[in-house]
Amino acid sequence: MAARRISGVIARSLSSSIVSRGNRSNFGREVQRFSTVAALEEPITPPVGINYTQLLIDGKFVDSASGKTFPTLDPRTGDVIANVAEGDAEDVNRAVSAARKAFDEGPWPKMTAYERSRILLRFADLVDKHNDDLAALETWNNGKPYEQAARIEVPSVARLFRYYAGWADKIHGLTVPADGPYHVQTLHEPIGVAGQIIPWNFPLIMFAWKVGPALATGNTIVLKSAEQTPLTALYAAKLLHEAGLPPGVLNIVSGYGPTAGAALASHMDVDKIAFTGSTATGRIVQELAAKSNLKPVTLELGGKSPFIVCEDANVDRAVELAHFALFFNQGQCCAAGSRTFVHERVYDEFVEKAKARAQRRTVGDPFQKGIEHGPQVDSDQFEKILRYIKSGIESDATLECGGDKIGSKGYYIQPTVFSNVKDDMLIAQDEIFGPVQTILKFKELDEVIKRANMTRYGLAAGVFTKSIDTANMLTRALRAGTVWVNCYDVFDAAIPFGGYKMSGIGREKGIYSLHNYLQVKAVVTSLENPAWL
Amino acid sequence: MAARRMSSLLSSSYASPLLRSLGRGSSISRFSTAAALEEPITPPVKVEYTKLLINGQFVDAASGKTFPTLDPRTGQLIANVAEGDIEDVNRAVSAARKAFDEGPWPRMTAYERSRILLRFADLVEQHADEIAALEAWDNGKPYEQATSDEIPLFIRLFRYYAGWADKIHGLTIQADGPHHVETLHEPIGVAGQIIPWNFPLLMYSWKVGPALACGNTVVLKTAEQTPLSALYVSKLFHEAGLPPGVLNIVSGYGPSAGAALASHMDVDKLAFTGSTETGKIVLGLAAKSNLKPVTLELGGKSPFIVCEDANVDEAVDLAHAALFYNQGQCCCAGSRTFVHERIYDEFIEKAKARALKRVVGDPFRKGVEQGPQVDSEQFDKILKYIRSGVDSGATLETGGQRFGSNGYYIQPTVFSNVQDDMLIAKDEIFGPVQSILKFKDTDEVIRRANASPFGLAAGVFTQNLDTANRMTRALKAGTVWVNCFDVFDAAIPFGGYKMSGHGREKGIYSLQNYLQIKAVVTRLKNPAWL
Repeated sequence: MAARRISGVIARSLSSSIVSRGNRSNFGREVQRFSTVAALEEPITPPVGINYTQLLIDGKFVDSASGKTFPTLDPRTGDVIANVAEGDAEDVNRAVSAARKAFDEGPWPKMTAYERSRILLRFADLVDKHNDDLAALETWNNGKPYEQAARIEVPSVARLFRYYAGWADKIHGLTVPADGPYHVQTLHEPIGVAGQIIPWNFPLIMFAWKVGPALATGNTIVLKSAEQTPLTALYAAKLLHEAGLPPGVLNIVSGYGPTAGAALASHMDVDKIAFTGSTATGRIVQELAAKSNLKPVTLELGGKSPFIVCEDANVDRAVELAHFALFFNQGQCCAAGSRTFVHERVYDEFVEKAKARAQRRTVGDPFQKGIEHGPQVDSDQFEKILRYIKSGIESDATLECGGDKIGSKGYYIQPTVFSNVKDDMLIAQDEIFGPVQTILKFKELDEVIKRANMTRYGLAAGVFTKSIDTANMLTRALRAGTVWVNCYDVFDAAIPFGGYKMSGIGREKGIYSLHNYLQVKAVVTSLENPAWL
Repeated sequence: MAARRMSSLLSSSYASPLLRSLGRGSSISRFSTAAALEEPITPPVKVEYTKLLINGQFVDAASGKTFPTLDPRTGQLIANVAEGDIEDVNRAVSAARKAFDEGPWPRMTAYERSRILLRFADLVEQHADEIAALEAWDNGKPYEQATSDEIPLFIRLFRYYAGWADKIHGLTIQADGPHHVETLHEPIGVAGQIIPWNFPLLMYSWKVGPALACGNTVVLKTAEQTPLSALYVSKLFHEAGLPPGVLNIVSGYGPSAGAALASHMDVDKLAFTGSTETGKIVLGLAAKSNLKPVTLELGGKSPFIVCEDANVDEAVDLAHAALFYNQGQCCCAGSRTFVHERIYDEFIEKAKARALKRVVGDPFRKGVEQGPQVDSEQFDKILKYIRSGVDSGATLETGGQRFGSNGYYIQPTVFSNVQDDMLIAKDEIFGPVQSILKFKDTDEVIRRANASPFGLAAGVFTQNLDTANRMTRALKAGTVWVNCFDVFDAAIPFGGYKMSGHGREKGIYSLQNYLQIKAVVTRLKNPAWL
């Protein structure tokens, strides 16, 4: 049962449940369509209280050394949700030394892998139990639809931790053939103290992608959450301690990038850093790591992923998935299908249907039933997106629908569709990270491959075709870490995710993610009278 | 036969042939009898290739400039070599780009690629003596070491990687829904590679082997001290059937050609072997340009731990080899010799005696174990460290001076009573200077061995299984050799913990450096199973 429930992962749930929900007119009737902007009246009171706002260091909630706090805001209104302890260099130092001690003296890397896996499994059970509270906090802090958080994201967190719990006791080194009388083996050892910096778009899922493999492989952690969304990481980390995690193994520092984030990236006692966020910040993180102790870095960065609809594609399904690929999570996905390439033979039909679908998108208070689309996360993002929309109009793309904010409160933006987009327009080149679909026309496969690859990014790609030759050709030629064929945003635990080119370094999820948190030690022992070599 | 010959890799060969050579060394200068470094022996090889190798052609540098490469025995000119700079790197990268994007290399079958690597290994075997002579001439290492250890190992590595070319397997993966999931392990594209001067050919094989086996194209910058052998073997590579543009060699300096490669926007991957200081710069340039992933193999200060139950004579010999091999110019040199207090005095005496017996001289002379350091910069730096050791109160047991008056020879030097906080116990000296430290118990030596920013390798000498197992896990180092040292088989991964580097070279792990992982997820209709 649980397995079936969890198997309703992102893509499927959206392509089935959410999407069909949108189509079910009786379901959506009481909800605001973006075009009928009328009322974003009083925001619904979230069904959850806020219990944890301090830093979590060495198993205890504590104030920041400076005593400072920062406000975390409700994206529906811009009002303060809570004041959260603001971590800075000194707090990072405290957290790192707790993690160092927990690693060097234990018990975490010294307990059996089976014991570690049991704690992760117990945590997953607790996540299930607190599903609705976690989802409500996530929505309140981020602005994403509550139904999306409750049905897709929090279950995916439990699923990911069960996945990594299963890896904990399957970290196998190799025995290796030698060229002489030696016994050679490799040990795959935990790397030590991992620093992790996560973004605000999927706070809990990013927590799971980072914390899951690091703990499963026996490391200890200092995690910095995004300043926009500090709340759920604290809640989840509390549950991990209830599940039996020893103090110091997972430390959470809320705070800002240039202060707490930079302190973590340049810390001399952090053995590894993993960062998810923008390419611009990823570069800084890499440089800080290089300048300090050369800690290895995993980066999961920006994207401008092509979504390619060939002439033989099922157009209705492609429209639906292209819509989902872009608008999911208010367009705030690093893997968003943000360049929709459509073959010229189906282009007009596609644009018309894409526009109709966007106009049907239900925008409103994320706590309201049946809502597909909430506000953007904050005013920075909100304004940046509106600037890109203006740039699209000025560069002569055709604004098919949307293009403006909704209401006068909070950070709601109309689902926006541009057609006749050209490769050299800013909206076709930059990561907008908002609900702005840009539809481009293409004629031939060679051409679309060239254009799709003509970007500094290489995170993901979608291919829609019925032809096996077309699918195979595009799959090999596209320079992207994930290619989804006739599907999109399938994020199963076992599928590796990461970027080519400037979309990042390394892979998260799947067996590949374990490499990020393991050192390989070759052990070579001299043999006397070996029976075989 | 070949297999047996190749199996005499570094460690076993210096545990045996080099030690055996003591017997026939009576006609040769020991360092203490500095007598004669008379006329240098004429190397049995001619220098034929001094230009850059770009797109399958030997060409001059765009600037027309050259730089001198010198004979470490004398400091005299061997040859003037084309000096690559930004424009040459640009040309080389665009040749490599074209060979990757349009060329046959990633499009030919893996079997065809493996055949070319195998043919190349055969050609190197045919020209082994000339190649070894070039290597010894340019670097100063003993010719016998180059012929008996290094060239055979080079050949062995290319045969090893040839075998990998058609065994790059992706995975099929279980999905949580109706999807078919697979991973493709794709070549990453154009690889930039920067190699050092201490083992020019071996470093070439560690870098070029996996990159080509995985289907990438390469721009390789050699060290300015030792540009010659890479050009020679790359010529052979083209004779073996390598298409033009797949492997481009740019001779030149780090701040010009090296920096251009590290910050090039069209290079998809960078691999660097060299100092930690330069590794930081390389990584910074990669971050500032296109965020290309970087493999780093950097410095070390590797502990060599002799427990009280060790076989002392064997430990003395291997500790000697671990430090003095290749004139001490090894990133994994066992440069902190920790010896248990119960055997410390005996060890020192024997280590000193062994160093005094070390045969120093013209690397082309038979039976010579140690030649000159690579250049005047290294030479001066090492002498400074020796002075610092003396000044800081370590006991100079033997050596400590230059050897002769010509070239860059240094006496095998042994310090005892070395303390952890002395510079000679902390910095990478990269020369023939052994530092011997005393320890009392296992906990203490683990702590002291790990108290270093480096973590490249470690040696453990003990007869006790529990001690061996305990140290093996506790030492923060990429390689732990137990009752052996410097075993460098092709299949053994090599690389650093901490500031000794990122990633692993050799073995199956090295392939990861040159592959991108692409997840392919396809929707399934009516799947028979999930």
